[in-house]
Amino acid sequence: MKPITRLHSRTAVLPDENIDTDRIIPARFLTTTTRNGLGKLCFHDWRYLPDGADNPAFPLNRTEAHGCSILVAGRNFGCGSSREHAPWALLDFGLRAVLCSEIADIFRSNALKNGLLALVIDAPAHRWLLDHPGIELAIDVAGEFVELPDGGRIGFALEPFARHCLLHGVDQLGFLLGQSQAIAHYEQTHPEAA
Amino acid sequence: MNPRTLFDKLWDAHVVVPETPDTPAVLYVDLHLVHEVTSPQAFDELRGRGLAVRRPDRTLATLDHSTPTLPPGPDGQRPYASAEARAQVAQLEANCRAFDIELHGWDSAERGIVHVIGPELGATQPGMTIVCGDSHTSTHGAFGALAFGIGTTEVGHVLATQCLLQRKPKTLAIHVDGALPPGVGAKDLVLHVIGRIGVDGGTGHVIEYRGAAIEALSMEERMTVCNMSIEAGARAGLIAPDEITFTWLKGRPRVPQGEAWECAVACWRALASDAGATYDREIRIDAREVRPTVTYGTHPGMAIALDAPVPAPRNAPEARALAYMRAEAGRPMRGMPVDVVFVGSCTNSRLPDLREAAAVLRGRRVASSVRMLVVPGSEAVRRAAEAEGLHDVFHAAGAEWRVPGCSMCIAMNGDLAQPGQLVVSTSNRNFEGRQGKGARTVLASPATAAASAVAGFVADAREVLAEVAA
Ligand code: SF4
Repeated sequence: MKPITRLHSRTAVLPDENIDTDRIIPARFLTTTTRNGLGKLCFHDWRYLPDGADNPAFPLNRTEAHGCSILVAGRNFGCGSSREHAPWALLDFGLRAVLCSEIADIFRSNALKNGLLALVIDAPAHRWLLDHPGIELAIDVAGEFVELPDGGRIGFALEPFARHCLLHGVDQLGFLLGQSQAIAHYEQTHPEAA
Repeated sequence: MNPRTLFDKLWDAHVVVPETPDTPAVLYVDLHLVHEVTSPQAFDELRGRGLAVRRPDRTLATLDHSTPTLPPGPDGQRPYASAEARAQVAQLEANCRAFDIELHGWDSAERGIVHVIGPELGATQPGMTIVCGDSHTSTHGAFGALAFGIGTTEVGHVLATQCLLQRKPKTLAIHVDGALPPGVGAKDLVLHVIGRIGVDGGTGHVIEYRGAAIEALSMEERMTVCNMSIEAGARAGLIAPDEITFTWLKGRPRVPQGEAWECAVACWRALASDAGATYDREIRIDAREVRPTVTYGTHPGMAIALDAPVPAPRNAPEARALAYMRAEAGRPMRGMPVDVVFVGSCTNSRLPDLREAAAVLRGRRVASSVRMLVVPGSEAVRRAAEAEGLHDVFHAAGAEWRVPGCSMCIAMNGDLAQPGQLVVSTSNRNFEGRQGKGARTVLASPATAAASAVAGFVADAREVLAEVAA
C-alpha cells in the first residue's frame, strides 16, 4: 500500500442510509478470483438500467459527480457482508474516501487496509456535507481533519495503528509476521493451541 | 480478579501481544474456516510472498457459495452458473492441495455451508476464537466461542500467522426474559431484536444473549440467533455454553473424547459471565411479546410482526424501500402474494428447521403459483432429513429438494428469483437484489415460509396448521 497523507477532491453524495455491500457490489459478481477491475461492477444494479445504459437516477452518474474521489454517504455505509470486493470495487471505481457518521465495522476495517479512507465524522458535520454535494475538501490523515473551502475543519478519529499504516504505507502482514516469536511462544504456553 | 464477562474471558485467553495505544492486540485464532469466495486473493498473496500456511491443522475449508444445488447432469458435469464459478471452486481445490488444507469438497460426506459444518463436526467448540472470510461467522458464538467475520486481507493474515490485529470491541448484553409463546421461534426472536435495536444497533459491539428465553433455546435455535448478530451490525454474538451445548457436542468427531472430554467440559463451564460482570450497554427484551415476525423493507431492521401494519416511512430511503417491496404502509405483510419460497441458508437449514417446514407441508401442497426450494445446510443434514423421510414430504408437497449449499441466500450459484418476484426466505438478508436482481425478499422463520408456500401469500403457520385440524 502506498502512503497516504493528504487527499483533495470534490465530494459526491449518496444520501441513502444503510448502503449495504450487495448494493456496492452484487453477490453474483463474487465468482471473481482477482481483486482487479471491479470498478465497472461497482453499484452495478443501481448504476445501470436493465438495458445496460447509465441510470440517470443514480447520483454518481451525474456529470457533477464525475472525477469526485470523496464520497459522502448516508449513515451505516457498508453494512452487510465481509466481502473485501466492496472496497476493491470502490477504489477501482475511483473513490479514495468515504465520509459518514457511522460505518459498518468489517467494511471499515477492510477499506482502511486497502487505503480507502473510511472516516467517521460527527452527525451535524455529516448532515451538512450530505446537504452540500460537490464541495471541495482536503483530507489530512496526519492531522485527522477534513478541511472545508472556508478553512473550517471537521475532525475524525482514526484508530492509531490504522492511521500509522496509512501514513507510512505499512504492510500489516509484514508487521504480523514480525510477531512470529510471540506467536510461537503463545502456542507453546497454551496447550490447546499447540 | 474482577468479575469478567464471557467475552472478556475469551478475549483474555487469546491475546498473544496485548494492545497498546499505538497498536492493536495480536489475537490468536483457534479455528480458521475457509470457502471459495473470499479466499483466492489471500492464497495469491501468500504465494506472491513465498509464505506457507502456518497452521493447516487449524484451517478447514468447504465449498458452499458458488456451488450448484442440482446434482451432476447425465454427462457427469455439475451445472455451475458460469465458467467463472467453476474456476473459483477449482481454485480452492488447488489451493487446499498446495497448502495442505483439509477441504470438504465434492467427494466429502461432510460438505456443506461453512457455518453448518463447523459445529456439526465438533470443530466449533466453546472457548475458541473462530474466524472466516464471511460475516455470518457470528453463528459459532452460539457455542460460547468468539467468532467473527473478516475480510480477505485478514484471511491472508490468519493463513500466514494464525493471528489477527484487533482492537477490543465493546460489549452489549441483550437479556431476553420470559418464554417465547407457542408457535414463535428463534428466527422470530432475532428479527424482533434487530427490529428493536436497528441494523446498526450493535456496531462496535459483541452481543451476549442472556436470560431465560435464551437458555431455553436448542443449539440450532441459538445458532439462528447468533447468526443474525451481524445484521444488527455487531462484531459477534455469544451465548454462554451450558448443558444443552455439551450434550449437543458430545461424541462429535472433533471434540475431545473420554477423559479429555470431562476436562474440557469443566473448563467450558467456567466460561459463563461472572456474577456482577458489567457490559458497556444492556438491553432487555420480553420474549412474551414476540410474535411471528417478518421483514417488510430492504434491510433486516425493517421487521415487524406478521399481522402488524407496515409502519409509515419516516424518510425518503424508507419510502423507497417500501416502494421496492411494494409494501403498503398501514397494511400487514400477511396476505401479500408470494412467488418463491426458500428454506435454507446458514440461518435456517439445519434438521430442526427442515422439520419445522415439513410439519407445515405434511399433507398439504405448495400453492400452484409458488416455487419452493428446500436446500439442506450440509450433507449430514441431507442424510438425516432423508432418513426420516422429510424429502418425501417436500416432494409430495411440490417443493424442490436440493443438494447442500448457500443457494438462494446469496443467489450466486444460479438459484435466484426473477425481477419483481416476492421471496419468503429463511435466510438472513433482504437487501435489494440479494436474491436476484430486482427480487423482493421477506425474511421469515421456516414455519412462516412453509405456511406462505401453502397459502400462496405471506401466512401465519399457526393458522395454516389449525385449518386442517379443524
Ligand atoms: S448461507 Fe448465506 S449467509 Fe450463510 S454463508 Fe452462505 S451466503 Fe453467507
